Order: sequence, then structure tokens, then C-alpha cells
Amino acid sequence: MASAAKKKTVRTIPQLRAAMPEQDAGQRSRNFAEVACGYRLEDALHEAERCLFCPDPACVAGCPVSIDIPGFIRRISAKDFRGAYDVITATNLLPAICGRVCPQESQCEGVCPVGETLEPVAIGRLERWVGDKAIAEGWSSAPHIEPNGFKVGIVGSGPAGMACAADMAKAGCEVTVYEAFQEPGGVLKYGIPDFRLPNAVIDAEIENLRRLGVNFECNTLVGRLFTLEQMRDEMGYDAVFVGTGAGYPSMMGIPGESLNGVLSANELLTRCNLMRAREFPQYDTPVPVGRRVAVIGSGNTAMDALRVCLRLGAEKVHCIYRRSRAESPARAEELHHAEEEGVEFHWLTNPVEILGDAEGGRAGNVKGMRCVRMALGEPDESGRRRPLPVAGSEFEFPADVVVFAIGTNANPIIGQTSKIRLDKRGYIETDAELATSMAGVFAGGDIVTGAATVIEAMGAGRKAARGIKRYLGLDPESASPERLFGIPVSEKNFARIRAL
Amino acid sequence: MARAAQTDYEIVAREDFSDATYLLEVRHPLMARAARPGQFVIVMAQPHGERIPLTLADFDRRKGTVTLVVQAVGKTTREMQQSCHVGSALHALAGPMGVPSHVNGAAKVLCVGGGLGVAPMFPQARAHKEAGATVIGVVGFRSRELVFWEDKFRGVCDELILCTNDGSAGLRGLVTDGVRLALEKHPDLAEAVVIGPPVMMKACAEATRPRGIKTVVSVNPIMVDGTGMCGGCRVKVGGRVRFACVDGPDFDGHQVDFDDLMARLARFVPEERRALERWSESCRAKEPAPLEETLELPDPFEEVHGG
Ligand SMILES: Cc1cc2nc3c(=O)[nH]c(=O)nc-3n(C[C@H](O)[C@H](O)[C@H](O)COP(=O)(O)OP(=O)(O)OC[C@H]3O[C@@H](n4cnc5c(N)ncnc54)[C@H](O)[C@@H]3O)c2cc1C
Ligand SMILES: Cc1cc2nc3c(=O)[nH]c(=O)nc-3n(C[C@H](O)[C@H](O)[C@H](O)COP(=O)(O)OP(=O)(O)OC[C@H]3O[C@@H](n4cnc5c(N)ncnc54)[C@H](O)[C@@H]3O)c2cc1C
Ligand code: SF4
Ligand code: SF4
Ligand code: FES
Repeated sequence: MASAAKKKTVRTIPQLRAAMPEQDAGQRSRNFAEVACGYRLEDALHEAERCLFCPDPACVAGCPVSIDIPGFIRRISAKDFRGAYDVITATNLLPAICGRVCPQESQCEGVCPVGETLEPVAIGRLERWVGDKAIAEGWSSAPHIEPNGFKVGIVGSGPAGMACAADMAKAGCEVTVYEAFQEPGGVLKYGIPDFRLPNAVIDAEIENLRRLGVNFECNTLVGRLFTLEQMRDEMGYDAVFVGTGAGYPSMMGIPGESLNGVLSANELLTRCNLMRAREFPQYDTPVPVGRRVAVIGSGNTAMDALRVCLRLGAEKVHCIYRRSRAESPARAEELHHAEEEGVEFHWLTNPVEILGDAEGGRAGNVKGMRCVRMALGEPDESGRRRPLPVAGSEFEFPADVVVFAIGTNANPIIGQTSKIRLDKRGYIETDAELATSMAGVFAGGDIVTGAATVIEAMGAGRKAARGIKRYLGLDPESASPERLFGIPVSEKNFARIRAL
Repeated sequence: MARAAQTDYEIVAREDFSDATYLLEVRHPLMARAARPGQFVIVMAQPHGERIPLTLADFDRRKGTVTLVVQAVGKTTREMQQSCHVGSALHALAGPMGVPSHVNGAAKVLCVGGGLGVAPMFPQARAHKEAGATVIGVVGFRSRELVFWEDKFRGVCDELILCTNDGSAGLRGLVTDGVRLALEKHPDLAEAVVIGPPVMMKACAEATRPRGIKTVVSVNPIMVDGTGMCGGCRVKVGGRVRFACVDGPDFDGHQVDFDDLMARLARFVPEERRALERWSESCRAKEPAPLEETLELPDPFEEVHGG
């Protein structure tokens, strides 16, 4: 390896980051094709040269699943692309997805020392390049699997469920993933739009899970079709993982929210992405297309909603956020893309009422909002400066569609239908190994932590898988116990355990 | 229990009650086992289709089937009327969804069904009967030819008041007239359950309010997922926002804001019209049977009683 010969320094590496080829902003804001087209081979090789191969790499610590980042970049440099893929998939099953949607600036790339003087190594883009190459070449990391007779049920097919399913399948378990929607993928499918994460990429990664022997059952609402207790006691699952996400959308509770034209970002995005309303009437599901859209909030979900509305044909799309740009929780790249595409941002602005066209403001359609200007005060619990309304600053803002993207809460169905212990806000309570209050039932992802990121959900799925392996006695590190909870492991009848 | 083999939602029986109302019995053994009165399902007829909510009108645990009774009102429900035959299969069928109705063994219960709500009332009436209640049923249709399931209702009701708009069968009048009659005859009603178009549920809730009879209604807002994820189904109940698919669909009829519900049902009227027109044209292109006269969409504010 050439790079090993002489020690690289920030001064000797290529100074400029390889640019990401992108669709032109004017053109792309009217189509659903992917915005970032992906590195070409020469871009990837150039960018790989910029890595210093730090002996104690900060980036690995910054990645929630600790990918051996210098290890895979070194293999790209050596043109051992398959090797790079194997290094990544040793810890992350979904490189083509994470490379696209991770908030790298606050994870791996945020701590890369190259970033102190230059732009940090584009780890995410390299990871995506490897993932895309694997899809194009049909590589998969399916090892030889020795069945062990255990059955594991996974509830929810988002990144947490997928990651847990992969690890349990690799360990030799018979794995079934249950999904309430008609297609697997979770937020990746229904929430994140195609221009950021094409469906073909998600489907390819799901196909890899199928190759590991994972079975998907869609249209299955666990809790209502059968309960967690039934999975464990009647359906023969030795362990269950719950990764149902935090999909329940919040509203603000201001007057006028039931006006027609007011909807949650989840509704907008699900109609558009999963149900393909953007191809209405070829597809049957409609979506409200505003001429003047206001999206409230400034996270990833808000950016997606804004950019979807542009592509659906809105004339003007406005982002309304009560803090300033510096506090916006969206990925830097998304914010930047939205600005380029012509989204108008109204920082330090908050709606206080939604106005309708009918008398009395109850029935009818949205015609605008009453907003108030905000100013930043003292820092709050989150460390961000608390926004406070400026007296006498109210003004009217015309809009015909208003989208709320102000966060989500725990989905209530599992709590309604089982005795699993929830915390005060309705999220599932777990211990450090992600075991829940029900024996044999583990949980992870947004349903435990609240809305987080794709890679954190995957990390949780993998962590739960380690917990499940220990629970089932499959952990090679801890000598396989003969009895667990007083029951002979050979009996495989943990359903008998009653911890409640 | 073997793993859920749910890849195929085969239609095993179909019955047409009238030009507009049809019954589909679909194979889904797990769902038949799990279903409780008051719950609903989400159906996708075909891969390009919409997810539409339909109440479970019946379920047979032994046969492993669930029954849906559908009123053809728009693109999806009319298309299903043409495409769903015995032996064909639905693209997707998810559920049961929603909180099951609370059947608490009240002594005397009034069960009211009108329009879309006649069939879904049946499992509720049966559950109340099985719980030991005296069940007074009120069901409404436009005219005699549209009447269905009269025998089934008589089988679970101690008294059945059948109403038709034109008086061709039973009492002449609207469901609400039947309700008023029942209220006069039975001063000891402990509870009322009402399913039907929002206007009808509103009128029935107003009729029971002065007597302080607990009145449960089953609301039917527009839905997407049915799992509490989109908020499209939100309704105002006692001033609070609730999601019908996970907090309901049953709510206290004296607390529901029906005007709000009706306004929200009109959210997609232009799009619904466009979808229906486009579909009707494609049907006309295939076969000459004209569909013009059926093109008029029902007005969600109108009190529909026809079966
Ligand atoms: C619009 C949007 C954009 C985002 N953008 C980014 C981004 O750019 N980068 C990033 O890192 N993160 C992003 N996130 C956050 C990220 O997507 C989530 O943190 C992550 O998907 C959580 O994964 P999960 O597996 O916990 O749950 P989810 O992805 O929510 O999956 C849960 C699945 O479980 C199913 N389910 C729920 N209840 C049941 C049940 N009872 N039975 C059966 N199935 C059930 C649901 O239908 C769903 O498919 C975004 C989120 C949204 C909404
Ligand atoms: C919980 C629930 C249970 C339901 N149970 C049944 C049932 O058992 N049988 C049945 O026939 N229908 C039932 N419905 C109504 C059914 O979902 C709608 O009729 C259907 O979605 C219409 O689809 P469409 O494409 O045919 O018509 P669209 O083109 O979507 O609409 C045509 C007309 O129907 C009205 N409409 C649309 N959606 C609804 C709705 N959700 N409720 C009432 N009217 C609506 C509209 O105002 C419109 O004018 C139920 C709805 C809910 C929410
Ligand atoms: S998974 Fe995300 S955080 Fe980890 S290396 Fe890849 S892009 Fe960075
Ligand atoms: S921290 Fe940056 S330079 Fe160091 S190994 Fe990681 S990517 Fe390379
Ligand atoms: S239908 Fe989406 S939340 Fe109820």
C-alpha cells in the first residue's frame, strides 16, 4: 500500500474534497430523481487519498456503529472494492442507505481531524459509493448459516428491525419480520423521499436480508392481529424484537388545525412516497398540492416536506421555524439543498393560529396563518437558546396548505395491547441490553429513544441482537449456559417465563 | 399456530345486496380469530390503489373468514364492485384495527345503523346480545329492495325497527324517526350505539342527549395508514384531538364535533371526482355500458340511508 510508505499529513493530501455530482437545482426541484448522483470512480479514489489513516481514528468513535472507516477507505485506495464492502458490512448492513442519509457532519465527519483545517474526509459519500457498487455488482455479505432452531420475531421493518433481523439470521435463527404497511422499509420507505433515497436502493438492501433467509410478512399489525404475548406463548417465538418507530405526529394545538389543507408531514410524505400520490391519478391516492405552502419546523422531516411540495408543483414553499438557522436540526446538506431549490426560510417565526376561508374559522379551507416573531432568550434544557414571542409582532401569512413537521410521539398500539412497561411519554422502557419488562422481548430504535437517526436505530437493532443472543445462549463469548432463567436451554421453551 | 400465511387474501364469497351494496367474504384465518366488534380493516384492492378503511361486518372463526359490506360511492369502491369476484384476491388486507367496542353488559341497548353503518352494526348488536343485553335494533334503508340482513338482525335483536324512506317496508321515515320511536317505547334504555353517516350520527346523538343516554358512535374520517402514523384521521372529541384509527373509532357521541368531521370528509372532493371520472372513462372505453348517471358523487352532508 502506497499510503503506508510515507506518513500523510493534512498538508500532503489533496486539499479539496471531491465534489458530489448533482442535478442542477432549477431542474431537480421539479422532479423526483435523485439530487446527489453519487461519486464516479475517480472521485472516490481522489477522496480516499484524503484520509490520513489515523492510528487512533476519531471518526470510528463518531460513528454510532463504529465502522472501521480507515479500514474500508484503505481498501478503496488499494482498489479492493469488494474488500471495502466486506469491512463496512461487518458492522453496517445498509451502506448505500447510511451513506445517503446519515447526518455525517455531527457523527463521523464531524470529528475527523482533516476537518480542522480543510473539509473533512467525505466518509458518507465513500460509504455510499461502496454500497452502490455492491448493489450494481450484486454483492452480498451472506455467510454460511447453520440453523440453530430458534425462532425470532421482529415487529416493524424500519432500520432497527432490519438490523436486528440480519444479525439474528446470521446467527442461525429463523427470522420473520412483521410490518403493518404493505411494503417493508419503515421511514426509509414512507418518509424519506426518492430524491434523497431511491426506493430501488431500499429494495436492494431488503433483498440482501431475504438472501440471509429473513422472511417478511407485510399487512400485519402486531398487537391487533396477534399480541406480543401470543408471539411468545403460542406462535413459538423464542425471542421478539420491537422496532415500531415513533410515528405518531404532533400538532401544535393552535386554532384552525382541522381546516382542510392542514396536515402532518407524515401524512403528506406517506401519501406521496409510499402511496405514490405524486403520480395521481395513475395511482389512486390524492395529496393536497398547494400553490403557497407553509411547512412548520426545520428538521429533516420538514426539509423533505418542503422539497416534496416543490416537486408536486407548488409555486412558493415557505419554511417557518421558531428558532434561527443555527439551531435548525436538519442535516446540513438537506438545508443547503432546500435553499438552492428556492425554499424561502422564515427564521424566528411561529404560527399562533391557522386561518380559514369560512366564517367562524371551523369548516373550510386554509387561507393563511397568523404568525408571531420570536427572539432567542436564555438557553433551555437542550442547550439551545429558548425562543420567546416578541410582543406586538403578529402578522398574517397567506398559505393554502400548512404542513406540521414539529416532531412525533410514540406509537400507542403495542402499549395498548400488551403489558409491556412504557415510560411516562409512552416509549418502551428497556435496560442497558435493550431487554424490556417482558421476558424474551427486546426493543430498540425510535420506539425506545424517541425520533433519532437511521444509523442510531440500526445500532439499537444490533445491540438488541447481542442481547437476544445472550438471552438465547448463542453468544460465543459467554460460554453457552445450560440453563437460562431456570429452564434447560435445550427445551427452548422460554415462553414459560413470566416476568410480569 | 403455524406462521401466518397471509400472502393471499382470497375472496371466498360475494353477495350483491343492491346496485350499490355488496358483501365480500375474505379468507384470513388469523384475522377472523383476532377480530372484535367495532374494529375495522384497511384494504388495497390493487397495487396502484388507495388504502381504504372498511368495518368488519362479520367474522367466522371456524371458516377463517372476515366479511366486509361495501357501499360503492367512489372510484375504489366501484372498482372493487367490478373486480372482486369469488376466487380473486385483494392486494392488501391489514387489521383488525382500532380499539374494540366496549361491550359492558348494559341491561338494554339501542343499536342504530343507517347507510354504510347497517352492516357494521351487526357484530355490535350480536355482542351486546351475547353479553346478556336486551337489544333494540333500528336500521334504515331507502326502500324495500335495498333491505338486507333483516333475518340476521332479527336473530340478535329483541325488537327490530326497520325504516325505509318511502315506507315500502317497515316504518316510513328516516333512521332518526325510528330512534325517536324507540326512545318513546323504552324509557329504560341504558346505552345507544350508532353507526352511519355523520349527519345521522349527529342527529341520533342529539336525540339521546336530553335523556342522558350514553351514546357511542363509530366515526369514519379519511384514513391512510390506520396505525396512528399520519394524523389524517384526527377528530375533535370533547375539545381534544384524537386519532380515530388508534384512539377510536368508537367515541362518545355527545362529545364528538360532527361539523368538524364532516368538513374534513370533504378534503379531497375534487380529486375524488377526478379519479372517478378518469376511471369511468376507462370503463366506457372497454365496454359500452354508460356510467354517466352514476357519476354524481354522494354529498357527505346529505343524509344517506340507502343500502
Ligand atoms: C421524513 C423523515 C426524514 C428523516 N430523515 C433522516 C435522515 O436524513 N437521516 C437520518 O439519519 N434519519 C432521518 N430520519 C429519522 C429516521 O428515519 C428514524 O430515526 C429511523 O427510521 C427510525 O427507525 P426505526 O426502525 O426505529 O423505526 P421506523 O423507521 O419508524 O420503522 C418502524 C416500522 O414499524 C412499523 N410498525 C409500527 N407499528 C407496528 C405494529 N404494531 N406492527 C407491525 N409493524 C408496525 C411501521 O409501519 C414502520 O414501518 C427521518 C425521519 C423522517 C420521518
Ligand atoms: C373506520 C371506517 C370504517 C368504514 N367502514 C365502511 C364499511 O364498512 N363499508 C363501506 O362501504 N364504507 C366504509 N367506510 C367508508 C369507506 O372507507 C369509504 O367509502 C371509501 O374510502 C371511499 O373510497 P372511494 O375511493 O370509493 O370513494 P372516494 O372517491 O374516496 O369518495 C367518494 C365519496 O365518499 C365519501 N367518503 C370518502 N371517504 C369516506 C369515509 N372515510 N367515510 C365516509 N365517506 C367517505 C366522500 O365524501 C366522497 O364524496 C368506513 C370508513 C372508516 C373511516
Ligand atoms: S454509518 Fe453514518 S456515521 Fe457511520 S460511518 Fe457511515 S455515514 Fe458515518
Ligand atoms: S478521522 Fe478522518 S482522517 Fe482519520 S481515519 Fe477517520 S476519516 Fe481518515
Ligand atoms: S389513519 Fe393515519 S393516523 Fe389514523
